[in-house]
Parts: sequence; structure tokens; C-alpha cells
Amino acid sequence: MSDKAAIETKVRELICSQLEVSAEQVKPESSFTDDLKADSLAVMELVLALEEAFSLKIDDGDVEQIKTVQDAVDYIVAHTAA
Amino acid sequence: MGVALVTGASRGIGRAVAIGLAQDGFVVGVNYVHSESAAAAVIAEIKAAGGQAFSVGFDVSDESAVETAIKTFVAQAGGLDVLCNNAGIAIDGLAMRVSRQDWQHTLDVNLTGAFLCCKAASRALLKSPAGRIVNISSVVGEQGNAGQVSYAASKAGLIGLTRALAREYAARGVTVNCVSPGYIETEMTAAHLTGEKKSELLKRIPLGRVGTPEDVASAVRFLASPEASYITGQVVRVNGGLLM
Repeated sequence: MSDKAAIETKVRELICSQLEVSAEQVKPESSFTDDLKADSLAVMELVLALEEAFSLKIDDGDVEQIKTVQDAVDYIVAHTAA
Repeated sequence: MGVALVTGASRGIGRAVAIGLAQDGFVVGVNYVHSESAAAAVIAEIKAAGGQAFSVGFDVSDESAVETAIKTFVAQAGGLDVLCNNAGIAIDGLAMRVSRQDWQHTLDVNLTGAFLCCKAASRALLKSPAGRIVNISSVVGEQGNAGQVSYAASKAGLIGLTRALAREYAARGVTVNCVSPGYIETEMTAAHLTGEKKSELLKRIPLGRVGTPEDVASAVRFLASPEASYITGQVVRVNGGLLM
């Protein structure tokens, strides 16, 4: 999966299902902890789900940098280059 | 009711826990590492009583085996609600004579094994409406015992693991507790529970007898039940009063 739009769709789906939020709430600038009310466990579960869905490993240091929906999409796009 | 996985469930305390949880209506994963036929006998006993059980063979200290087996079991059973980390070994010897290898092996199975299982099971447990982890510690981990440095260290370590995890998972209603048995009649303790050693020990146990695997299983069954939802980070002692 290297198509950017497809990645974005999949990331958004995972965010909705993992954080139990509606698609309308998931804006690019939405912060997981502030806007989407995810606690630290929920963020970790989301990271695990992203790792599994895209078959990649997100380093702990990188996890701290992924704060918004756009951060997550950008990270996955950058790390799944075909 | 739910799904439970019990490590080291082919014999001793683990066997009694597996059978007890099945009686309480749990679909039980019976883990073993070497004793496949003993595990099959436990499953047969559960099924004969009308329960459901799966054989889940893996070495708790082998990270990739743990991950694969737990993932497969969760998919087969349709989730996971209770993890009982019971698998354990004891390699006795006075500290001066204990090899680094035996020390490491004991910690790998008893402590690291429990951690690896908690880690691999965490996603499924966090999704459960009533997730439970019950770690089997030991009076030896609380009190120490000459000739059991590695066993004591591993069992004490489980208490720290339990309390840290209890804090991490509390936000999802997953409780994490220890059951700390005293001297229980199993294959592991057979050498300690003979002749003069046994009569000396009995003098120190207010209730005047050694425990049975079922005595320990009762505490695990309670902690796994919905009634125990407000108990977390605790060490429940099942030792006849040996340590109070």
C-alpha cells in the first residue's frame, strides 16, 4: 500500500475504530490526546494497530512525535515508500 | 462467560486453576511446554465435565513463540478475559553455588515469561469488559528461603510487575493481582515436603497442614470473577497462616 490517499483512508479508519470517535471528529489537525480524548493506553493501542496494519515498527522516540492525525498519516506515508 | 489462559497448566497449581476456571464457565487455554500428554489429560477432564478447553503449547520464555501462540489462541477462542501466569520452575541451591545460567533460566521462565505473556495478551485483555491478570507468586518471594535465591527473586519480581501493570491497566478496568501460595503439595515441592522437613514446616503453619492446588485455585477463581472487580495490585496469600 503506497498510495497516499489509500493510506490516509486506512489511518483514519483505524483512528475511528481504536479511539471510538466518529469520522467527522478526525480532522488532520486533531490531536489524539486533546481533541480525541485518547489516554496514553489508547495512543499505544493505536500505535500497535497502525504497526500491524502497515507492517512496520514505529520507534518509541517517533511515537512521541506523532501527536495529530496528520502526523500519523505523514509518518506512515514516509515509512511505507514503495 | 469468558476466555482464560493458564500457563503451566498441565500439572500442579496450574492444572487446578485451569479445571477450576472451566468449572466457572471459562473457555480455558491449557498451556504446557513439555508435558503434552498431561495437558491433554487436563483438557479431557475439563471436557468430560462439560467445559471447553484448548491445548496451547509454548515456552513462556520464548518471545516469538508466546506472541504467535497467544495471537492464535485469542483468534480461536474469540478473545481473552483472564490470563493466569502460573508457569514456573525452581532450581534450588545455596547462593554461592548457583550458576549464572540457572539463575538466568529461573528468571527467564518465572518472571520474564510472565511479562512476555502479559505483553502479548495485553491488547485482547484491554478490549475485554472484565480483563484480569493473576500472577502466581510465592511465600518464598515475600519471605525469602535459604537455597532458593533465584526462585525468591523471580517471585518477588512478579509482585513488582503486578503492581506496575495494575496501575497501567486500571484505566481500562483490567485488574492485575498476585496470588502468593505457601507450601502446596505438588511435584515441585515434593522434595521439601517429606519426613522431618515436613513436620518442621507443619509446626510453622497455623492451620497445621500444607495446601492443595485447589486451595490456590480458589483464590485465582475469585480474583478472575466479576465479584473481584475492585481488587487490583494486591497480593492474596494462600498459605495457611505461614506468613501474615
